[in-house]
Amino acid sequence: MRASLLSRHRLLSIELVLGGILLAVMLGGVLLSGWLFPDGGEAMDLRARLLPPFVNAAHPLGTDPLGRDVLARVSTGGWISFSVGFWSVVGGAALGTLAGLVAGYYRGIAETLLMRFADVQLALPFILLAITFAAVVGSSVSLLIVLMIVSQWVQYARVVRGSVLSLREREFIQASRAFGLPDARILFVHVLPNAFSPVLVLMTLNVANNILLESSLTFLGLGVDPLVPSWGGMLADGRTYMQTAWWITVFPGLAIMMTVLGLNLVGDWLRDNLDPTSKLP
Amino acid sequence: MASGVTGETILSVEDLTVEFPAPQGAVRVVDGLSFDLVAGKTLAVVGESGSGKSITALSILRLTDHLGARIPAGRLLFRRSAGGPIDLTRADDATIRTIRGNDIAMIFQEPMTSLNPVFTVGDQIAEAIVLHQGVDRREARARAQALCEKVRLPDAARLIDRHPHQLSGGMRQRVMIAMALSCQPRLLIADEPTTALDVTIQAQILATIRELQAEFGTTVIFITHDMGVVAEMADDVVVMRRGRKVEQGSVAEVFDAPKHPYTKALLAAVPKLGSMTGTALPALFPVLAVTEGLEPPPAAIAKAQAVHDTVSHEAPLLEVEGLTTRFTVERTVFGRPLRRVHAVEGVDFSLWPGETLALVGESGSGKSTIGKTVQQLLTPDAGCIRFEGRDYAAMSAAGKRRLKREIQYIFQDPFASLDPRKTIGYSLAEPMLHHGVVARGAAARDRVAELLRQVGLDRAHVDRYPHEFSGGQRQRVCIARALSVDPKLIIADESVASLDVSIRAQIINLLMELQQRRGLAYLFITHDMAVVERVSHRVAVMYLGQIVEIGSRAQVFETPYHPYTKKLIAAVPVPDPHRRVERGLVTGEIPSPIRRVDDPPRRARLVEVAPGHLVADAEVSAAA
Repeated sequence: MRASLLSRHRLLSIELVLGGILLAVMLGGVLLSGWLFPDGGEAMDLRARLLPPFVNAAHPLGTDPLGRDVLARVSTGGWISFSVGFWSVVGGAALGTLAGLVAGYYRGIAETLLMRFADVQLALPFILLAITFAAVVGSSVSLLIVLMIVSQWVQYARVVRGSVLSLREREFIQASRAFGLPDARILFVHVLPNAFSPVLVLMTLNVANNILLESSLTFLGLGVDPLVPSWGGMLADGRTYMQTAWWITVFPGLAIMMTVLGLNLVGDWLRDNLDPTSKLP
Repeated sequence: MASGVTGETILSVEDLTVEFPAPQGAVRVVDGLSFDLVAGKTLAVVGESGSGKSITALSILRLTDHLGARIPAGRLLFRRSAGGPIDLTRADDATIRTIRGNDIAMIFQEPMTSLNPVFTVGDQIAEAIVLHQGVDRREARARAQALCEKVRLPDAARLIDRHPHQLSGGMRQRVMIAMALSCQPRLLIADEPTTALDVTIQAQILATIRELQAEFGTTVIFITHDMGVVAEMADDVVVMRRGRKVEQGSVAEVFDAPKHPYTKALLAAVPKLGSMTGTALPALFPVLAVTEGLEPPPAAIAKAQAVHDTVSHEAPLLEVEGLTTRFTVERTVFGRPLRRVHAVEGVDFSLWPGETLALVGESGSGKSTIGKTVQQLLTPDAGCIRFEGRDYAAMSAAGKRRLKREIQYIFQDPFASLDPRKTIGYSLAEPMLHHGVVARGAAARDRVAELLRQVGLDRAHVDRYPHEFSGGQRQRVCIARALSVDPKLIIADESVASLDVSIRAQIINLLMELQQRRGLAYLFITHDMAVVERVSHRVAVMYLGQIVEIGSRAQVFETPYHPYTKKLIAAVPVPDPHRRVERGLVTGEIPSPIRRVDDPPRRARLVEVAPGHLVADAEVSAAA
């Protein structure tokens, strides 16, 4: 209790340090994958099948049943996870925040239409959508991102609308109107920054969720192409070898866990420090 | 009955110290406070915000534990009706729980938030009775009803089955008093119990507390910032500042011969109704310089400076005719209005350049709605508003935008009216840049610094955020922002209501000085009659959306005609303990301005009783 009270207002907190290190390691590993592993983790060496980790210097994290290097595949596979996580959240947050701002500030017909549309959207199960679209147009990373945006903008819209509903009655917004400031300026300069904290929290949670979701869908065979390495795909492939070759599933699993943990820690820190009132005088 | 032997000390506060743990070391909010409380008396603890008066009250009930505060030193010796004194700072939780609500009860400031919205008021009163007195629910309910009758709640039998939101603020505060008295406590702590209420309701509640105190012999600690309330209620007074006691004495001693300079400053800053009789123009407050240090220098009271007449009678600045604003609160399933709030109903007035017109009334009288309509924040249903002869309805979009520069609005709560995520400099520059008053860059920065200087702030404050300022400083920033675009009219909507008395006097003086220098006109919206008497040239009294009396300040205050005006003036607490007025126990509520669509309110016709002094005709007078 005491410690968290102390650290909450410090710019450099344990959350930021730990989360930053985790994210830097993961992001660094993924960004450098093209240079470190030019083969993209697809080179097979059937003589070196199912090598355990930490015994062979050429394959530090071992190999899979086809003799492919686990480290190279985890590193390359991160691209998919990171791009799905990033773009789905940015797209969803942008769309949802805009809808929430308009619905909450103008009320009336715009609010009714947007929010009823959001209710309908919420009633559609994501898995059903994903299966249907994967069957019709075939699975791809960009389809996955679009589906996530379509199903998640609602969350942002509702959160933002809630904040805006109370903000629009606040006196500083009324004061802005009394000065004759244009609506766009009021919305983006005064309303949005004050409504953004919950969006940011939701974004960090959703990056993590969507990385997991992409992995699960790929695991089910609904996500990205099975030949392209991805964390979810590796989990699916390694499942049958769990008893004999644990490293095939544990390392991609660990990668997912570390990324998600790092994101959540940094997200917490951002939420606490973006608000100027949280700093002690 | 709970009354003890008169003259017996029931609570001794000895060297009480309360601290809040913080990263930079504990913050001491109460520092070495001592006083004795004599049974059957009323002790007023007075102070401005941050004086530690509320924390003192909470620490007596040990509610400070819940806030995370510690009591490192001092004793609170409380004498229960039986047994020896208990030190409340050391008592264990079980003992404290038997004391809370039973021996010591508390009334809080905000009656809406101190009642649980999901239970009926009867259940909430009965809860304490069942808990502390061990009677069954049926008996407790009967007692709850009896208590509601005691606190003069009308129709108590039906009222105890209603929920808090169905009652008015005054009625809710009566319920709180009934709850507090349910176990006949020896000590009642009232923490600003009337601050959130209208003046006429405040007068009723104060009378009720006094009457009940006489009946039960309860000892009362009355926490307040209002010297008028102190003079009306207290036997003894403790004046607090920054956690320390600066003065203690009987109410007569403190008011007649204050010793500490802070007490003197506090008393000087209190507007006294009737002190302006015979003067035609507004007058500045005499303000004692109370500096930031605890021991202020022995500055003499500044003589109220003479003011010159700023009013120009050539052409009116603002004319309002037949203004009507209604809000629909209930519709039929087909969307037709069923019931409406008649916020403003056919209001006419005009305002001259350099003049201060005060709109006075209690909550729901429509005074803020008028201000917001003039500022174009609301659209009227009927009527016409002209600014410098130009009709709002006939104006182009550009004309309307220009009007938002010429008329500025200062809101009640300065903290709420500044964007918490923008620096003061940004908030000050934004309207100027938008209206093209100055160019971006160095010119804007200089102008911001100049504005800050005009309202008595430093240019170093530019990069700070609103939360880093005190309430008075924030209101200065808001005034600077209103001035930034060279307005002709400033609408001040309860702009000083949330400020401490000494700060309030300074801000009002600032507004008046600006009027002197720039010839500004003010539409001063307030409920505080004593402030109105100081600042205004003319006064309009509003009741249920209509003006019932309008005239010069002298006319309205010295020869009030309308019964509602008289009632408002009589309800203001007089900060003089020798002039306590015995008020009858009235329980009247302000009627609701919500009416069915087919039942419009009767519009008052204003009759001229003296040149410029208009009063609503007899029908409205009879209804008031």
